[in-house]
Amino acid sequence: MEYEAVIGLEVHLQVRTASKIFCSCANRFGEEPNTLVCPVCLGYPGVLPAVNKQAITKTIAAGMMCNCEIAGYSKFDRKNYFYPDMPKNYQISQYDLPLCQNGSVRIEGVGFSGDEIPRRHIGVRRIHLEEDVAKSIHVGSYSVIDFNRAGVPLMEIVSEPDMTSPDEAHAYLTELKQMMHYADISDCDMEKGQMRCDVNVSVRAVDNPGFGTKVEIKNLNSFRAVHRALSYEIERQKELLEESAAVEQETRRWNDEEGVTTLMRTKEEAHDYRYFPEPDLMPLQISADMREEIRRNLPESPASRRERFVQEYAITAYDAQVLTGEKALADFFEEAAAASSAPKRVANVIMTEFLGWLGDQGKTVRESPVGPEAIRELVSLVENETISMKIAKDVFSEMMETGKAPGDIVEEKGLQQVTDQSVIESYLQQVVQENPSVVDDYKSGKEKALKYLVGQVMKLSQGKANPQQVNDRLRDMLSQ
Amino acid sequence: MGQGNGTSHIDVRYVADLARLELTDEEVEKFQGELESVLTYVDTLSRLDLSDIEPTAHANPQANVWREDGASESMCRDDVIRNAPDSAEGKYIRVPPIIEE
Amino acid sequence: MDKNIATLSFAHAAELLREGQISSRELVQALLSRVDVHDEALGAYLSVARESALSEAEEADARRQKGEQLSPWDGLPISVKDNIAVAGQANTCGSKILEGYTSPYDATVVRRLKDAGCIVLGRTNMDEFAMGSSTEHSAYKPVANPWARSCVPGGSSGGSAASVAAGEALAALGSDTGGSIRQPAAFCGVVGLKPTYGAVSRYGLVAFASSLDQIGPLTKTVRDSAVLYDLISGPDPNDATSVPDAATGVSGVFDSGLSLEGKKIGMPKEFFDYEGLSAEVREKVQNAAEALEQRGANVKEVSLPYNEFAIAAYYIIAPAEASSNLARFDGIRYGRREVAEAAGRLLETYRLSRGKNFGEEVKRRIILGTYVLSSGYYDAYYLRAQKARTKLREDFARVFEECDVLLTPTTPSGAFRMKQVTEPLQMYRSDIFTISANLAGIPGISVPCGFTETEGLPVGAQFLAPHFAEKEMLRVAAAYEQASPAAGCYPDVTETDG
Repeated sequence: MEYEAVIGLEVHLQVRTASKIFCSCANRFGEEPNTLVCPVCLGYPGVLPAVNKQAITKTIAAGMMCNCEIAGYSKFDRKNYFYPDMPKNYQISQYDLPLCQNGSVRIEGVGFSGDEIPRRHIGVRRIHLEEDVAKSIHVGSYSVIDFNRAGVPLMEIVSEPDMTSPDEAHAYLTELKQMMHYADISDCDMEKGQMRCDVNVSVRAVDNPGFGTKVEIKNLNSFRAVHRALSYEIERQKELLEESAAVEQETRRWNDEEGVTTLMRTKEEAHDYRYFPEPDLMPLQISADMREEIRRNLPESPASRRERFVQEYAITAYDAQVLTGEKALADFFEEAAAASSAPKRVANVIMTEFLGWLGDQGKTVRESPVGPEAIRELVSLVENETISMKIAKDVFSEMMETGKAPGDIVEEKGLQQVTDQSVIESYLQQVVQENPSVVDDYKSGKEKALKYLVGQVMKLSQGKANPQQVNDRLRDMLSQ
Repeated sequence: MGQGNGTSHIDVRYVADLARLELTDEEVEKFQGELESVLTYVDTLSRLDLSDIEPTAHANPQANVWREDGASESMCRDDVIRNAPDSAEGKYIRVPPIIEE
Repeated sequence: MDKNIATLSFAHAAELLREGQISSRELVQALLSRVDVHDEALGAYLSVARESALSEAEEADARRQKGEQLSPWDGLPISVKDNIAVAGQANTCGSKILEGYTSPYDATVVRRLKDAGCIVLGRTNMDEFAMGSSTEHSAYKPVANPWARSCVPGGSSGGSAASVAAGEALAALGSDTGGSIRQPAAFCGVVGLKPTYGAVSRYGLVAFASSLDQIGPLTKTVRDSAVLYDLISGPDPNDATSVPDAATGVSGVFDSGLSLEGKKIGMPKEFFDYEGLSAEVREKVQNAAEALEQRGANVKEVSLPYNEFAIAAYYIIAPAEASSNLARFDGIRYGRREVAEAAGRLLETYRLSRGKNFGEEVKRRIILGTYVLSSGYYDAYYLRAQKARTKLREDFARVFEECDVLLTPTTPSGAFRMKQVTEPLQMYRSDIFTISANLAGIPGISVPCGFTETEGLPVGAQFLAPHFAEKEMLRVAAAYEQASPAAGCYPDVTETDG
């Protein structure tokens, strides 16, 4: 029997703002416990919420990045439940009129497993804005609460159950994160809890029109964990189905060390959230002008940038996927490539040398000691044959270390490629004279011997001879 | 749902559980009777034809009442701890163990 | 001093201060002395800020001596209902559950009063979380009506009303969700103003029903209510429901004379035909109508057919909002926590902390409110009530096309005896004349208009006006006050015994 998985994701993203959603406490991570709190976010008697416009603006921007319909009329509601991390014992959230609905996220490219993902659109059912809850820490016989996180603006992004594989779920999350970075909406750092993800997955026989039984997975702390947990869970459910056993509707916890999901609870407790319109806040009317202004400030989406890079710079789809992975990197590449005669070579230098160097140094693109113009200049030095690719590597290391312009480095160190015919000719003479046996080897048909001789000439020229020229001349010379 | 036994409106014990209120048996019985009559009274609203009527959520509705994003000083943690019935290390509010999530 | 402090108004006290006839310290001291003598019997205060009031009074006196007073009201003491936050003070809301809590911040109204140099004298008693019409539901002690100690002062701002009536305060702030300023004002023979919803910031008022609550003054005169309204009103960035277009400078009406020529006063017939309206109250309010006519007003009968549904709508909306607003009182971050020993301790902590420390009326309303919001019942109750609320608003809008101000009784009867009303529904129905103003969000004021013949208890006339028409309403109320047979009458608190 053939099976297919049906996957839906519920993602919570903290919105990056200066202050919390309903009070002016700073929205910052990593401070001393209970120092970013005030009567409002502690739910003290008598306080009222004052909503942060920026949180609304950024949620709308997130909706636009996901191609959502933006509500003309929206409002906040109270979701009532008792929990120590929820200061008021109700969460100000959005129930029936979320800010954004009916969007989609495009996924494509090379998946986490290395396989190609066909281009698809994953539906985004809704995006709403709410307040984050406090952080509770369990200390054995009791728990302690840090309210610094309480009241941080939080978006809930609910997908349609449109994904069919762990790769697609991973790609959806990656795309979402990229878009949020591009538009400066969220930092999406899962380790800091800025991005949290719950997964719903069911498996059904391909020829079965109905849905399988849905299982929810929690405690997913990385995209990799999402991928692994889904792979595990889909297999588990398949095996059950194959044994004709029933999949239970339940919530399971991902155990990252052991690579398994384990049962958390079988039955969803009967929640009765008693939603009603938040009387302390006025409704939102999102005018066409406001929408237009937000749209004007949106960046190009990573998907359209990928497409454009392939067209404008003649790079491969894979290269474009890598280069648009981060907005700062895409900007860097584009600035370097735009005025370059060899954008493809620029892409190569950035993907291999530049990213390699940053990776070794543990630095981000923004922390690069040189700007994109340095890469462009380096590539053009190779293009106009001032230096060889080999020398270019040395110049690259030097410029990353010193921050100097590549042209200056070449000038200072006299690294210009030797193209003077007579100088090269003298190197050739010397090498041929010093290596008679190798010359004989070549003449008797050992092609490899030529490589050695070229190497010797390059060595003699301290790498400054043009290797192609040396190769061609040697061949000529020895064939005579 | 656990509500609506026979002709009565409300299952006081179930609702008190939702509201996290410990009630004595006497209270449950008393409230049951009193709230039945209140609910019977408020049922007079069902006499009104309210089709096509917009609900009023705010006495004086406005829209887009928001503030600009900007952070300012938070309150002193000592005051937070002083008001708390139980605390830990002078920096956390302490609660009974939160089992599960 | 003690004799006339009892009848001294807020505005008059300001004059005495300006003229140097009295110091702020003397004023505060005189009030504290009256509290010391009378409040054990009355129970109007839950706490008195003796030391801070005296030291702030001295500071105010020092400012005045240097000619640096913050406002004409600098150095005037005022009492506030215990559900309004004052930094460094308790804020019990008349409940055990908030015992031990100290507010770290000032309510916006308190900040505005302090900015004008006013001094918080003490915190007045109230029905727990403002739920009640008698102040018998205070978790600490009941309040006696200064006119007859066996009677209730009304509620929930019973402590505020009694303190003003008994001369233990120059003026006081209260809160009004369904009549909680106007009804005790009527029962205690003082003036009580509920402003238009949104005119006064609710920031720092411990919420009962967010869409209905409004802070307002209880005073000896209409002028004092106008003065205090001007001091505390105006938009507040901390309260999204405060409005930018609230009435301002309403005390200005006293400068322009109080002519009622051409004013149209409506008397809603459903109010006067109400079966529970006592004949005495009806008569006193009809007398008030005549007095207004004599001053040139044009009085006519109008109709508010939907008013009979007001109580039903109110007792859905108010408890629903309250059930959510009061969820935060759980013994976790502040207030009283009952240590639960049983297994599942967290759940038990919630249940016991709330079950043991909320009073009966509060629990009753939380259960009612939780029920009407619960799954499957929202449309039948809450949504329907909100629609009925729309009908009520439309009712008022239509009536205010025909008239400027409405005149009604504030309450169906004079103050009732303590423990006389035990049936919740009976208590709820006594709010019949005040509740609709909260549902519609319009302003209302109760002005003394006489006394019952049988028991000599105060009777209040209520004026209602369109949104933001406080000025018109106060003009009519003040004009009437000049003609009222009850004006300038104060109880003799040394002898009253009911």
